[in-house]
This record gives sequence, C-alpha cells and structure tokens, in this order.
Amino acid sequence: MIDVEEFLLRARAWLKENLTPLPQGVSQSDRLEWDEEGDLSRELQRLLFDAGYAGIAFPEEYGGRGLTVAHQKAFADEASGYEMPLRFDIPTLTILGATLLDHGTEEQRKRYIPAMLRGDEYWAQFLSEPSGGSDLAGCLTRATRRGDEWVINGSKVWSSGAFRSSYAICLARTNWEVPKHRGLTMFIVKVDQPAVQLARIQRLNGSREFCQEFLDDVVVTDADVVGEVDDGWTVTTTLLRHERNATSGGSPYGNLRSRGPSAEPRYDLVSHAVQAGLTEDRWVRQQLAEAHILDVVHGHLIARVLAGTRASTLSPHSGSLLKLFTGTKNMRRGTLAIDIGGADAVSWRRRPSGDVTEGFGEQYLSRQARCLAGGSNEMQRNIISERLLNMPRELGTDAKVPFNEARRNRPQRGS
Amino acid sequence: MIIEPNEQQELLLSTTRQFLAKEVPLSRVRELGGTDLGFDRGWWKQAAELGWTSFLVDETQGGLAEDGFDLVNLVLIAAEMGRLVAPGPLVPVNVVAAALSRGGTDDQRKEHLPGLVAGEKFAAWCVAEPGNPFGSAGVRLKATRAMGKIVLDGVKSPIEAAPFADLFLVTARLPNGSLIQVLVPADAPGIQINELDNLDLVRRFGEVVFRDVTVSVDAEVPHESVDDELRRQLEIAAILHCAEMTGAADRAFEFTLEYLFDRFSFGRSLASYQALKHRAADMLMRLEACKATVEAAACACQERQESSSMLASVAKSWVGDAAPEIVQECVQLNGGIAVTWEHDVHIYLRRVTVDRNIHGTPADHRERIASYLLQPRKLVEAS
Repeated sequence: MIDVEEFLLRARAWLKENLTPLPQGVSQSDRLEWDEEGDLSRELQRLLFDAGYAGIAFPEEYGGRGLTVAHQKAFADEASGYEMPLRFDIPTLTILGATLLDHGTEEQRKRYIPAMLRGDEYWAQFLSEPSGGSDLAGCLTRATRRGDEWVINGSKVWSSGAFRSSYAICLARTNWEVPKHRGLTMFIVKVDQPAVQLARIQRLNGSREFCQEFLDDVVVTDADVVGEVDDGWTVTTTLLRHERNATSGGSPYGNLRSRGPSAEPRYDLVSHAVQAGLTEDRWVRQQLAEAHILDVVHGHLIARVLAGTRASTLSPHSGSLLKLFTGTKNMRRGTLAIDIGGADAVSWRRRPSGDVTEGFGEQYLSRQARCLAGGSNEMQRNIISERLLNMPRELGTDAKVPFNEARRNRPQRGS
Repeated sequence: MIIEPNEQQELLLSTTRQFLAKEVPLSRVRELGGTDLGFDRGWWKQAAELGWTSFLVDETQGGLAEDGFDLVNLVLIAAEMGRLVAPGPLVPVNVVAAALSRGGTDDQRKEHLPGLVAGEKFAAWCVAEPGNPFGSAGVRLKATRAMGKIVLDGVKSPIEAAPFADLFLVTARLPNGSLIQVLVPADAPGIQINELDNLDLVRRFGEVVFRDVTVSVDAEVPHESVDDELRRQLEIAAILHCAEMTGAADRAFEFTLEYLFDRFSFGRSLASYQALKHRAADMLMRLEACKATVEAAACACQERQESSSMLASVAKSWVGDAAPEIVQECVQLNGGIAVTWEHDVHIYLRRVTVDRNIHGTPADHRERIASYLLQPRKLVEAS
C-alpha cells in the first residue's frame, strides 16, 4: 500500500493541477449553500473518482481506493482550500455508503456504492416521521407483503436533500405483532417515482434542504431490503452511529476536512474585533480566546474519539460525545458571536462591501440546529449515560409490548 | 489519558498505579496532611527509582529520557498522582531538573542533577511573585551584577516546595530589563522562607524573600534565551498540572458513578434518574475533552512543535475550568456527606483548585491566547 506521505505528495500535485482554489474569504460550507442542486459536486466527485481520490477509505471492489483513514484524512486536509464535492459527504457517502458497507448485500454494495463515488447518485434518509422525533423506533410507515413484493405507505420528514437524490434508505414497519424495535425493516427506495411525493421545507435561515415525503403504495422487492426483514433496528443503530460521527467531524468516509469548523470566514470573531476596534477590551479578549479554545479542544476530542474507536479503547458509541460537544459548543459560540458583534450582529451592510458580522445573528437564530439534527442533545446524553456509562435505560412502556398494543401518536397522514 | 499507549507506557502506568495504591492510599494522604513535609523522604526516593524525577533529564546526564525529554511519560505519572491526590513535589523538581538538563553548565549539572534524580535533593522553581501578573511579565525580582557576583532582591510567592527545598531556581530581572535564571542554595544568607497555608492537604508552599542575596556569577544558568526557556518551563508546569487535574477529576467521577449505582432513593438507584444521567453524560464529555487536550498539548510539547505553548494555555484554560467544576458536580451528586471532612471528595477538590490557580488561572491563559490570536499574521492560521 502506498504510504501516506507519498500519497499526499501525489495528491498535492494533482489538486493543484486539477481543482480550483476557493476564492479568498470563502469557506467550503459557503460553497455548499451555493450549490443547492448539487451539480457542481457531481462534476467534482466525478473528477475525484476518475483520478482515484474518491472513496479513499472505501474498499476497491466497490469503487474505492482501499486505503486507510489516515490517507483519507490527509487528502481532506490537503484539499480544504479547494472546491470539493461536499454535497456527497452527508448523508450519501459518510452515512449511507458506510451503512451499506456494514449491512448491504454484495449486490447492493456493487450496484450503489460505485455510483455514489462516481458522483452519479445522491442518497437521502427516510427515517423521521411527522408523528415522531427522537423516538425513531416508533415508526408508523408500513411495508405490507403483497405476493413477492412489499408495498410501502406513510410519511417521512427532515430528509435533507431528497429533491436531488436518486435513492433513499427508508425505515418501515413490517410486523405490528411484536415490540417496536423488532418489527422494523430497512428498504432502499427509488426517490424519483410517482408514488413518492415530495415537498420542500423552508428553514428559518432560508435553507430549503429539508424535505417531507408522502409514500403512497411504493413498491419494492426483497432485493431492496437492507439487513434482515424485521431487523431494521440493527441497521438503524449503525446508521445513526455513522451519522453522529459524520455530523461531528469524525467520519472516515467523507471529503470534508475532519476537524472543528474553526476558520469559517463568515463566523470570524477575531476579524470583527479588529475591525470594530475592540482588541484592547479585556472582556472581548476573554471571549475571543474562549471561542478559539472551544474549537481547538473540539479538534482534540475528534482526534481522540477517532483513534479510540479505531483501536477499540473507546466504545463505538463514543460519537455521541462528539455530537454533544458540537451541540453545546455551537450554543456557546453563538452567544459569544452575538455578544462580541453587538449591534453589528443584528444589522449589517450588504455585499459586496459587506460586514464580517453578516451571519453572526443568523447563526444565533439557528444555533440549536446542531443540538437537534441527527439526534438531540438529550438523546446523546441518554446514549452516553446508557451505552458508555452503563447507567440504567430509560423506562419505555412500549418497548416490551406488541407495537399494535402500544400507546402512540395518531398517524398524521398515509398510514 | 493517552488514547493509544505503547507497551512501555502501559507498563509505566500499571507500575505507578500499584505503587501509589500501596504506598499512599487516601488514608495515608490524610495522615501525611498532618506532617510538616507532607510526604515521606524515603518514599520519594522509591518514587525516584520508578522514574518520577528522570523523564526530563537526558540519559547521558543520569536521566531516562532518550532524546533528553519524555514529557508524555511524566504526564502519565502526574495523572496517576491526581487520581490518588498523591503527595510529592513532582512539578518543581522536574521543571528545575529539565532546566538544568537543557541549559545548565556541566558543573551545575554535576552538582545538582544526581541528587534531584535520586530523590535525595529537592528544588523549588521560583517564578511567581505576589501581586504581579503570571509569566515573564510578572517577574520583577531584581538581579544586579557586581564584581563577579549576582545580587538578588525581591519576593517570590507562592512557591511550591519552598519550605523544604535545598535549591531554588530563581527567575529575576536585570536592570536592562532582560531576564536571568539563577541557582540559589536554600541556606544562602539573606533568604527568608515564610511557610504559607494552602488548600491542599499535602502540598507545601512558601513565600521566599531575597534580601541582598549574593551568589557567584557561576550560579547563572546560561540559557540561550531565558524568555524562551521560561515559556517552556511554564508550558511543562501547565501541562503537568492539567494532567494531574484530569486524573483527579477522572477518579472523583469514578467513585461518584459507583455511588450513583449503589445508592437507592424512592425505590430506585440514583443512576436511573434521567436528570442525573444527563449530568453524568456532560461530565464524561468534558472529562474526555480534558484527556484529549492534555494528550495533544503534551505531545506537541514533547515534539517541540511551535504551537505547543498555545496548546498548553488552551489546556490550562479548558482543564482549569472543567476539572474543578466536574469535581464540584461530584460533591453535589454525592449529597450531604460530600461536604464533610470524612468524605474523600474534598481532598480532590482541594488539589484541583490549587492546580487551577497556580501558574496562571484559566483567565490568565485566555489572555495569552487572545494576544496570540490578535497578532496580525496569526489571524488566519490560528489553531
């Protein structure tokens, strides 16, 4: 296997030759917002794939390079100043590609993973439902046997980027006679078909990434089952673990630089302090340092959890520590930004001259997004206390009774 | 503390843990709290045999460090000491030994290193001054050169190990404003040591007054740059204190967790209450972040990376805030018994509180970081 340094040298030359550096003052996440349809990412992903830089840590038989996490990380760091196909990171590669590696059949892996890596197909997650948030296993979407097929009916929500996705992974109830965790099955569903109706949800910051779907007699076959029938919860648990890692910067499968988002130009408190003449203010200096410390410590924690889970000295559920850190850090950072920004954080000059505080206020309004998406802070605290510290599980009155006898919300539509 | 320890580190860890558990369990720490020294001299010699005084001294000078500096090993020891709130002047002895190993003259090394390394002699590291800011800016103790002598005038405080040290490494300021480090024997005329009370049971601190203390010019430690050297000494001390705080918080969290499992109220274990589970989760997250931060700072310092000084300040600020708060959460979770003398948690709280504030509070280290962030050329690459 090519060693990391040699690999990095080649990657460096290739990146310089083939990719466009990000414009001054533009971060990778800025580009993400501007590439809503994901077409730029499709092109870039294809470029990486053709050059052997896509799926660096994915096995070769599924279109990857079969190298190590260290190779992937080195490449991501090196590429952090370039236009990169970040749209493919979450959830396509880091969550769903990783889950198919763990639970997909050989046919599924061969059919779907290379298409992700080539930049041909985006994926979405049909997991949450309008009737349930944290209680994912309380899923009401049903898949019913009809001859050799399954027919899916129900409604899904919070599925990021479904409008650009070719496929989705979809959790549905296949057995109502058993307790809730034991009657679920995970399916692969084609998104672009008349039986799937899709609506986009606008977030308070204007983003239209989130979608809601209405599944009306969606037909799939046994070949579309991921894992075992009625064992979809096992697949879900794996998927959520990959999700926590991915959204906290701890995934080995993505293109994004795997560290805390410290140097985001649109969130640059230091530049604002300099421009606003606050650099001698003792209190502002303390706050600038605190924001920096949070980012540095976050980076250290990511490195520790990645190393510890790889070496099995930490539980595989340790991604929840990262997720909780990300959520609580975001809250604190939001406060620091709006404090330091003062009036400039709530009103600012329009681009192109622009103010560095643009974004401070918006970030503050939606700072809880990271405390909610992919499992709320409260769910992470449950996981940490129950899985890492072995404290007793929360009492769930529905976990032991057949699902059709458990108390639950009424379905809002479709099942 | 170290996420992937190698075999040699594993061995050091288990040896240190066994030694501490056998020789200085908490019951013994309580007894030692009532003694003048706070520890037993014979015990310190045993500890020295296990390497506690040797990891920052080069092999060629009687130490154990292959390339002259093995901070990660010492960090493992400091963390274990924290876990049992062990006595012993680990920080001053090692910081002074490291300074001599790196910058001392042959004569200075020959005279002082063997005793320090063997655990027979003790050194105190005199930087802090009462009422002055932390670090080099706070050094005002006057040094003047006159007729082949150096004369020292001023006060150092609080100085760990001062009441029993044989030797002081004193940082002083020359009339031209530059810094100098000088070795002064504890019995030099003009030195007065006033023992201080402090929060910790077994640590000993003193105020050292220098009145026209005169030493030969040979007593100067000829560092290439005293500023750089002092920064490095502060870095080592900060990292060791952080390791100790993290070890202490780690152990306090362990026994608190055991208590939560064992204690039943209203027919169920405390560990089953979600309000308490969520607090335990927050504590574990902060604790893991402490461990990550200490390891990163120690490795950067050992590898002499440029970022290491800032990473040490990040650690002192983060761990200095987190560790005492974690231990105080332990007090709350253990309930009323935890505010009694009989319960062990206050011994931990004493130690982490002293470590938090000695050689720069979290706020002092944040101020250092702010200065660094606001240097124009650092604005982009700051991390």
